[in-house]
Amino acid sequence: MKAQAATIFDEAFRESIGDSAQPEWLVTLRREAFANFTQKGFPTTRDEEWKYTDVKAVASKPFAVGGANSEPSAVRSERFAVTGELIVAFVDGVFRRDLSVIDGLPDGVTIASFADSLDKEVLKANLSKIVEYDFNAFTALNTAFTENGVFIHVTKNVRVDKEIHVIFASTEERANFPRVLFVGDEGSEAELVEVFTRTSEARYLTNTVAEIVLEPNARLKHSRVQRESHKAFHIGVSKARLSKDSVYDATNINLGGKIARHDANLEFTGEGAEAWVDGLYLVEDGQHTDTHSRIDHTVKNCVSHQNYKGILDGKSRAVFNGKVFVHKDASGTDANQSNKNLLLSNDARVDTKPQLEIYNDDVKCAHGATVGQLEGEEMFYLLSRGLNEDLARNLLTYGFAEEIINKITVPSIKKELDEAVLNRLHARL
Amino acid sequence: MLLEVKDLYVEIDGQMILKGLNLQIDRGEVHAIMGPNGSGKSTLAKVLAGHPSYEVKKGEILYEGKDLLALEPDERAREGVFMAFQYPVEIPGVSNSQFLRLAYNEKMKHCGGEELDPLEFNDLLKEKAKTVEMDPSFFKRSVNEGFSGGEKKRNEILQMAVLDPKLAVLDETDSGLDIDALRIVSEGVNKLKSDENAIVLVTHYQRLLNYIVPDYVHVLADGKIVKEGGKELALELEEKGYDSFKAAGN
Ligand SMILES: Nc1ncnc2c1ncn2[C@@H]1O[C@H](COP(=O)(O)OP(=O)(O)OP(=O)(O)O)[C@@H](O)[C@H]1O
Ligand SMILES: [Mg+2]
Repeated sequence: MKAQAATIFDEAFRESIGDSAQPEWLVTLRREAFANFTQKGFPTTRDEEWKYTDVKAVASKPFAVGGANSEPSAVRSERFAVTGELIVAFVDGVFRRDLSVIDGLPDGVTIASFADSLDKEVLKANLSKIVEYDFNAFTALNTAFTENGVFIHVTKNVRVDKEIHVIFASTEERANFPRVLFVGDEGSEAELVEVFTRTSEARYLTNTVAEIVLEPNARLKHSRVQRESHKAFHIGVSKARLSKDSVYDATNINLGGKIARHDANLEFTGEGAEAWVDGLYLVEDGQHTDTHSRIDHTVKNCVSHQNYKGILDGKSRAVFNGKVFVHKDASGTDANQSNKNLLLSNDARVDTKPQLEIYNDDVKCAHGATVGQLEGEEMFYLLSRGLNEDLARNLLTYGFAEEIINKITVPSIKKELDEAVLNRLHARL
Repeated sequence: MLLEVKDLYVEIDGQMILKGLNLQIDRGEVHAIMGPNGSGKSTLAKVLAGHPSYEVKKGEILYEGKDLLALEPDERAREGVFMAFQYPVEIPGVSNSQFLRLAYNEKMKHCGGEELDPLEFNDLLKEKAKTVEMDPSFFKRSVNEGFSGGEKKRNEILQMAVLDPKLAVLDETDSGLDIDALRIVSEGVNKLKSDENAIVLVTHYQRLLNYIVPDYVHVLADGKIVKEGGKELALELEEKGYDSFKAAGN
């Protein structure tokens, strides 16, 4: 298994690193990461962190690596394409300057490809420092293929008043390793929207990492919408590091993928910071979605909120594993965590495990998880007002997810999301 | 005849609740159904609306001469049957206006009327809300979520106003309403009353019947109608209670 896993990417890695004109420090990092991946191999279900998510299928067949020459029109016509905003476009994992809209940035804002940013000290100081390559085998693999990424840097007290959209579109069967590094300096404010999408129902692999650094008093709203092909594999890690009094509001929407895994992690390193790590997963027949989350309260007086909702239909499977660690110095911590699941079919299965580990007495913590079905009395209420059964089901399902969906405020994305959740109902709302 | 209930026997979880109930209601009429707790009033209301937990063991219900029991709950609603719930259900995450517009448009589609977009519907809703003096701030809120007991009841009548039913069964809409709200809601119901529709009031209190004056009063005890009369019967009940009927029922 291990040897086999490594061989799939051996040649691609040699090619990629051979052509590279990257600085020495990065080449070294990538080599180390690849060695780490080779040694580890893909995880198996014997690995506690991957107990319910079997990635054998990912390793079973080699993928082409590196960008194809996709038609620009592919991403233009792409359903999440938005106009008039800041757009960073990746097609099949490759940064596309021609499709991006990042001209005329306000002073104090950098949005640039990794290739154009490797001389930047801020990038060097943070890349692979928030999510280290040995976090898991996929992170190691992603780091080994660090070529395409976007570096976003908002300097002191600068407020970016347009959302920054980062779009990752896949058009064909390949393995893609895009990355995001966001650094918000002291007192800065921004909104970051990541969208993973596709132009065809191909079997591909997205293996992605987002690193977020918030300096004191910085604020970031971070929405992540994953709408991959239902044949694709999506493995992603997001991690934010929060300094004193910073505010981070994350919403992770997971709709696509045959096998999808997202690790949503967060670490408080400065007092008085507050974070939301919320999400929704919605899967139907044949899909498997896994959310792991780890929130580390390492310092005093920070507040974390976590609200994840799951909707499962057909023969689908979901995993939620959320850990909140309150370390011994983290007095005054306020942490709440909730995971609610709605099963729309008898063949769906969810494994939910919210975990609190508390090593300090002076804390306020609450957590809980539920798994339920649509309420008969709620159904009857809607039926008794003349809504047919499909409509009633859709409306109740939408109502269940509404508090998460409504956190997504970008109209074009909100609309897509409403449609995805409501199917045909949207047009009539 | 708008509604004919004939020798109706209804069971829930193996327990027979309605035991040979008969009732006839015509357009333009107001009926009051009174009776002791647990006698089966809400059961009757829910059977009319088509609640799936109740099983009709015997008897029939004709609505506009057709077999009502053959229709699904949503079909009944679109055909003009409306029940105001004794305990309205909360629907988190679904706004009142969204919900009402969907219900309204479903009915319009069924009746060949004109469907409304959100803006048009909002105008209609504002107009209808006046009948029960309901503040538009309730439109955006989730259906019944966090509403006070009285607000929920008022919301039921707002729904009635929007859906304009032919047969409206109001199950204890008066309980939970304060004195002013009772008057406002009653006046609203009176405005909705016409020669074309019928209203059935399930209530424990004569007070409601001072506002909405019934043509007929029925006493339901132990699963059947044990006495019928005009509006003066309600006064008599207020005085004497149900003791004599309970005895008669047993
Ligand atoms: N699931 C059930 N299993 C057994 N009995 C039930 C069930 N649901 C209701 N009942 C019984 O049916 C009877 C009739 O209830 P119903 O709600 O119709 O009474 P009601 O006349 O509306 O009373 P109230 O005036 O208190 O509203 C009650 O005795 C109730 O306990
Ligand atoms: Mg009752």
